[in-house]
Amino acid sequence: MLALEHATKSFGAVHALEDGSIELLPGEAHGLVGENGAGKSTLVKILAGVHRPDSGRLLIDGDEAIFDNTRQSQQAGIAIIFQEPTLFPDLSVAENIFIGSQPLKVGHRIDSRKMRRETVTLFDRLGVRMDPDRPARGLSIADQQLVEIAKALTSDARVIVMDEPTAALTITEVERLFGIARALRDQGAAVLFVSHRLEEVFDLCQRVTVMRDGRHVWTKPIDELTTGTIIRAMVGRDMDTLFPKEEAERGKPVLQVERLTREGVFTDISFDVHAGEIVALAGLVGAGRSEVARAIFGIDRADAGTVAVNGKKLRKGSPTAAMSAGVGLVPEDRRQQGLIMDLSIQRNVALASLGRVQKLGLIPFGAERRFALDWVARLQLRYGRMTNPVWTLSGGNQQKVVLAKWLARRPTVLIVDEPTRGIDVGTKAEVHRLLSDLAGQGVAVLMISSELPEVLGMADRVIVLFEGRVTGEFGRAEATEDAIMLAATGTRKEQAA
Amino acid sequence: MSVRAESAHVSIDGRGRSHALAEALFRFRELGIVLALVIVVTVTAIHNTNFVSKTSLQQLLSGAAIIAILAIGETIVIITRNVDLSIGSILGISAYAVGVTFENHPHVWIPWVFVIGLAVGLAFGVVNGLIVTLFRVPSLVVTLGTLYIIRGIDGRWAGGHQVGASALPDRFTNIGYGTVLGVPYLGIAAIAAVAVATYAMRSFRTARDFYAIGSNPDAARLAGIPVERRVFLAFALSGAIAGVAGAFWLSLYGSVDAIAGQGYEFQVIAAVVVGGVAIFGGSGTVLGAALGALLLNTIDSALIVLNVSSAWSSAIAGALLLAAIAFDRLLSARIAPALRTRRSTRG
Repeated sequence: MLALEHATKSFGAVHALEDGSIELLPGEAHGLVGENGAGKSTLVKILAGVHRPDSGRLLIDGDEAIFDNTRQSQQAGIAIIFQEPTLFPDLSVAENIFIGSQPLKVGHRIDSRKMRRETVTLFDRLGVRMDPDRPARGLSIADQQLVEIAKALTSDARVIVMDEPTAALTITEVERLFGIARALRDQGAAVLFVSHRLEEVFDLCQRVTVMRDGRHVWTKPIDELTTGTIIRAMVGRDMDTLFPKEEAERGKPVLQVERLTREGVFTDISFDVHAGEIVALAGLVGAGRSEVARAIFGIDRADAGTVAVNGKKLRKGSPTAAMSAGVGLVPEDRRQQGLIMDLSIQRNVALASLGRVQKLGLIPFGAERRFALDWVARLQLRYGRMTNPVWTLSGGNQQKVVLAKWLARRPTVLIVDEPTRGIDVGTKAEVHRLLSDLAGQGVAVLMISSELPEVLGMADRVIVLFEGRVTGEFGRAEATEDAIMLAATGTRKEQAA
Repeated sequence: MSVRAESAHVSIDGRGRSHALAEALFRFRELGIVLALVIVVTVTAIHNTNFVSKTSLQQLLSGAAIIAILAIGETIVIITRNVDLSIGSILGISAYAVGVTFENHPHVWIPWVFVIGLAVGLAFGVVNGLIVTLFRVPSLVVTLGTLYIIRGIDGRWAGGHQVGASALPDRFTNIGYGTVLGVPYLGIAAIAAVAVATYAMRSFRTARDFYAIGSNPDAARLAGIPVERRVFLAFALSGAIAGVAGAFWLSLYGSVDAIAGQGYEFQVIAAVVVGGVAIFGGSGTVLGAALGALLLNTIDSALIVLNVSSAWSSAIAGALLLAAIAFDRLLSARIAPALRTRRSTRG
């Protein structure tokens, strides 16, 4: 029904997709799995008409198709549920669902009664109770996801693509969604299900395609597969070599967070990070992990609670105080918050340590260069010239520059937010080794990560957040994928800290 | 209200009530402006009864009508997260074009001059729209440029020449001065235009696309909305409306030279913002913007009646603008937690 053959797509120097191939059959649910950065989302965006492949062919019913925009994809009968909800905060829930295809009455006017009615019907099918008239602004991530799903169901799509639709949903909601997906499949639609929850893939799909590093690995029928064979194909190596956190001596508590609260964002967050320890903050997107990190570092002001470093309380809402106490923050969004993309590599590395580099308030070029070269060498950065702007580097090397910037300050506490998002597997392993070394040197590391294998491999302890509250804390031995996911979806709340 | 009744069956967990609250807050904006209007009029009338005299109110309404008509186009543009600074210049040049038409063809059929005004405005609106969408230049910069360019063309064309009242036939100036049952024609035209635009902005897909684009441009693209075409359309409409407003303007003021309409863009944007249209797009109504225009003009006239110097009147307009924005921030800060806690029940 729909096939993509050997598609490639690059963004500047980054090859997001090198060999994207998939074939969808009517009446079949097809699983697409792979690690973050394997190229799944790029493939989905090609099907959606968001990106045009640099090469390769897209076939619909055997005919070659080229999508210049999303509308053409929609007209070809493809409905996409995107991973990140793309709603209009100012419009009502009903309008969000029907935007561009609102039911009409005489004179091409929108029939808003019918729109509301159909929204309620859709929600009934999904088992959702949501007010169709409320604005989308302020919906929880799960509710936003449900609106996205409803949106995809409005068109009589022949191909339904779900890009990690279940990440924020509760188990009952997932079951309902699967019920609908099965019904659509049995009516002859093709379903593409992108997920890293393998149980769900086994639950729903007939065939599975694995991608790794932008390439199609294989496509196999589900009954030939086990979780183990899929994971091996996804990772391409044994898990242990990927996440090499070494045992380090656990020192005294360095970072102490006590009952930290920010109204409406997170509540009553308490934990310690000891010297030599890596503590992971796990949870779903939107659980409030990054917000906790921002509050610890003082970017956002906490409404209540305290943060102490080496027993000394930090002044609230002051990144300067946090920095002078030895806290470093490697933010999630390195392009926006971690780096100044147009400045040179050496300037970016030295940026947080200018006090050490400056002479009489000036920054001597040579001193800055020597300072930066030292750190760049320690992190094995691959670069052209030290004076090149940072945007010329690959994602992984950009991340190393951010790390170098903070390591140069010799922090006692390092907070890293999604340290390996969107970087290639090789560099990923290097970043992991680096974090492990840091812990070995007695730094207290707080790591936020959405990748469970990374959390399981790197963390000495895992703290799980769900909707702004701690719902679980696990030592290395108790931390399993299942336990963390249950806590992260809020299905089990009885765990005590 | 039928809407309320219909939502009853989904509001099992009391969400209907908080929804009504949010809706009231939403509508409160327009109510607030009406309330402010009433207060201004009452206070001024107590001080000086002449303020509520027929001629005084008629003048007030006619002046506000021009701004309100311009505000329709500006509202559409601002809702798409853009801004059109060139409308004052467009109004000026189309008013001049209409004036020159009367000089050369004194017996021209009146509807024709409105078509001319519209055509001139549309042409410049199209230019704005093309530059913004084709070259992806921020509209603030583009329309700041065309503001000066159009004014320059106007200056070159008019020179020191002024089209005086003597060149304009009474049939035309009557539009500016005439009344039906005491209501000036201009007021009726503005009310009709605002009513049509308010209805259209609610009822057509294209209009809802404007809101979607301003609310979340990336999502609009993903949803398959032709963002560039819609933004282009918004600028074309704004230009065309400013062109028609130019013809109305001439009928009201009776003479036109090269500086007609200078500074109108800021009066209009002020009215739009005071009227509750979010400056970063996505929300607001034409009705609110028109009421904003009426409020600002009323304050202006009230201050004259109260013998306050005109310097104060612009300062007060500015303060009102800041108050409107502060109110917006406050309101959204208040609503945000309310909306967040109002999650739907999981079934």
